[in-house]
Amino acid sequence: MITLVLRRLGSVLLVMLVVSGMSFLIFNYLGDPVNNILGVNASLNEREELRRTLGLDQPSYVQFWHFLQRAVVGDFGISYRNRLPVLELILSRLPATVELVMCATVLALGVGIPMGVYCALRPKGAFSRLLQMISLVGISIPQFLIGMLLILIFSVELRWLSAFGRGEVVQIGWWSTGLLTDSGRKALIMPVITLAVFQISMIMRLVQGEMQEVMRADFIKFARARGLTDRSVHLRHALRNSLLPVVTVVGMQIGSLIAFAIVCEAVFQWPGVGLLILQAIEYADFPVMAAYLAMVGFGFAMINLTVDMIYLFIDPRMRRG
Amino acid sequence: MTAALALDVRDLSIVFDTRRGSMTAVQEVSFTLARGEVLGLVGESGAGKSLTGNALIGLLQAPGRIAGGEVHLDGQRIDALPPEAQRRLRGKRIGAIFQDPLTSLDPLMTVGAQLVETIRTHLPLSAPAARARAMDLLAEVGIADPAGRYGQYPHQFSGGMRQRIVIALAIAAEPDVIVADEPTTALDVSVQAQILSLLRRLARDHGTAIVLVTHDMGVIAEIADRVAVMYAGRIVEIGPVTEVLHAARHPYTAGLMGLIPSLSRRADRLPQIAGSMPRPGQWPVGCSFHPRCPSAGPRCAADVPRPLSADDGMVACHLFSGGTLSPPAP
Ligand SMILES: Nc1ncnc2c1ncn2[C@@H]1O[C@H](COP(=O)(O)OP(=O)(O)O)[C@@H](O)[C@H]1O
Ligand SMILES: [Mg+2]
Repeated sequence: MITLVLRRLGSVLLVMLVVSGMSFLIFNYLGDPVNNILGVNASLNEREELRRTLGLDQPSYVQFWHFLQRAVVGDFGISYRNRLPVLELILSRLPATVELVMCATVLALGVGIPMGVYCALRPKGAFSRLLQMISLVGISIPQFLIGMLLILIFSVELRWLSAFGRGEVVQIGWWSTGLLTDSGRKALIMPVITLAVFQISMIMRLVQGEMQEVMRADFIKFARARGLTDRSVHLRHALRNSLLPVVTVVGMQIGSLIAFAIVCEAVFQWPGVGLLILQAIEYADFPVMAAYLAMVGFGFAMINLTVDMIYLFIDPRMRRG
Repeated sequence: MTAALALDVRDLSIVFDTRRGSMTAVQEVSFTLARGEVLGLVGESGAGKSLTGNALIGLLQAPGRIAGGEVHLDGQRIDALPPEAQRRLRGKRIGAIFQDPLTSLDPLMTVGAQLVETIRTHLPLSAPAARARAMDLLAEVGIADPAGRYGQYPHQFSGGMRQRIVIALAIAAEPDVIVADEPTTALDVSVQAQILSLLRRLARDHGTAIVLVTHDMGVIAEIADRVAVMYAGRIVEIGPVTEVLHAARHPYTAGLMGLIPSLSRRADRLPQIAGSMPRPGQWPVGCSFHPRCPSAGPRCAADVPRPLSADDGMVACHLFSGGTLSPPAP
């Protein structure tokens, strides 16, 4: 078990190295940092001077090593656009995105799993068919369309919810949360739903499929032969055994939620990392892009690690070796 | 008479409802079991043995359903009870063991937890008392070091050990009847004998009646008190094991006995009698066995032979009810 954890950590390190390599390439070779900083009119001497102070005159591997050293302590340089440290910029935007993604995940699990269980137990019922139809729509409809429909109904027509921003936020240390104020919570509703619709549908269909499969297993028949209640057979035995693949997919989905969040943040003008990176791309703000890439890579690796740990927790068969 | 009977099955019929109408798969099966008795239910694959066993424990899966007959457990009719009442009987008064011990246990739960869960479903025990009982059960079915094994998962046990745990689960609430469907078929030959003697001991020590479903006459010879032979959805002969083994009356039984694998050369499945058993929906008119029967006469192709009870046995064959030659007088 320890070796398994160590192996996983090793692969996380490897992934991080590759990702930082890519982000280093973006940082150093896309655009000319010297031009970006000094402008095109600077003299040759000034340029050479800056090159030396930035270390750009050294071989690439030395530069990469320095880049890594700085990245490890969170130093990704200064944003070209607003002259602020990149780390500070990203950290100020991170809470908005994390809250959005976390709320969407909780909603997707909280709604998707019960719906999947229901459909697995009554696959031929009228309500199950309705849910299956809705989930098919939920999977096929593009996200920005959901967002715009929500805005049209709840902001434009009904005027219940504001269509942009986070509402009031409360500062807790460096973290800013919208969960503690009414307007903050209301502002979360539409973006979270927009982001979660696809996940709900996915998780529901996944749970239903897995659980129907597991319900045919011998140990379910034997659980019934032991006289266990339906509740116990369905939830303690069938559902638990259906959740392993769900854990994997949900892990990957949280990763892709971070990516999907870009669209969602654009639609709702949500001041998160997604919006930041859109602006960074527009302004060719390479340090921000490099840092974002490293951060997303790190996020993915951490999620994968967590998924593996959950696997170990749920499935005793994995604990060998 | 009924007081001593653990199980009394009368004229049990099972049909499948299909789009093209209903198809009978088990027809008018009757047998009884006394306390502590082991009845072997034997026949070729597809005869309807598992369907019968599933019907007894109330776990017949749709589209199959009981279309007629009655099942009595200790004198109480159980097949017509509402589902919840049947659920409460299952595991408590009638238990089951299935073929494959590798897939019968929940892989994500320790064997101890599965035992405790079963015990507490049926018996009003506190958690520590249930745990103590679970250890006793593990010891009873021959698991060494029950305390150490209690917290282990199914994958940490061998196939034979897992079947022992399945048996411990089946007897957790001391049922009067256990339906064991091919309990040794998936096991190594060396382990088979151990499991059979364990079942034998349970029947003797606890008075548990066992219906042992198998297609292996060797298993029957080793464990059964009486044998019921099934062919194409019907029971064609019932009798004490020695009589059926050595003085079979029904030609089908006689054919099966000719095929008993010797102890040194045990085959996995029965070698075929010439021809093959018809599937449900394709049963011939008259006696279902007549196309393969060496003694068949004109009457066999016309009439279904009525079961003829004699002593503690039964045979359904025209040879014993007036001959195979003449079709019956109108
Ligand atoms: N779900 C089903 N639908 C249609 N026919 C079935 C179904 N289950 C079993 N049967 C048929 O019923 C017959 C008896 O099956 P079974 O009781 O499993 O036989 P066995 O004696 O080998 O245990 C078989 O011929 C099988 O084809
Ligand atoms: Mg069978």
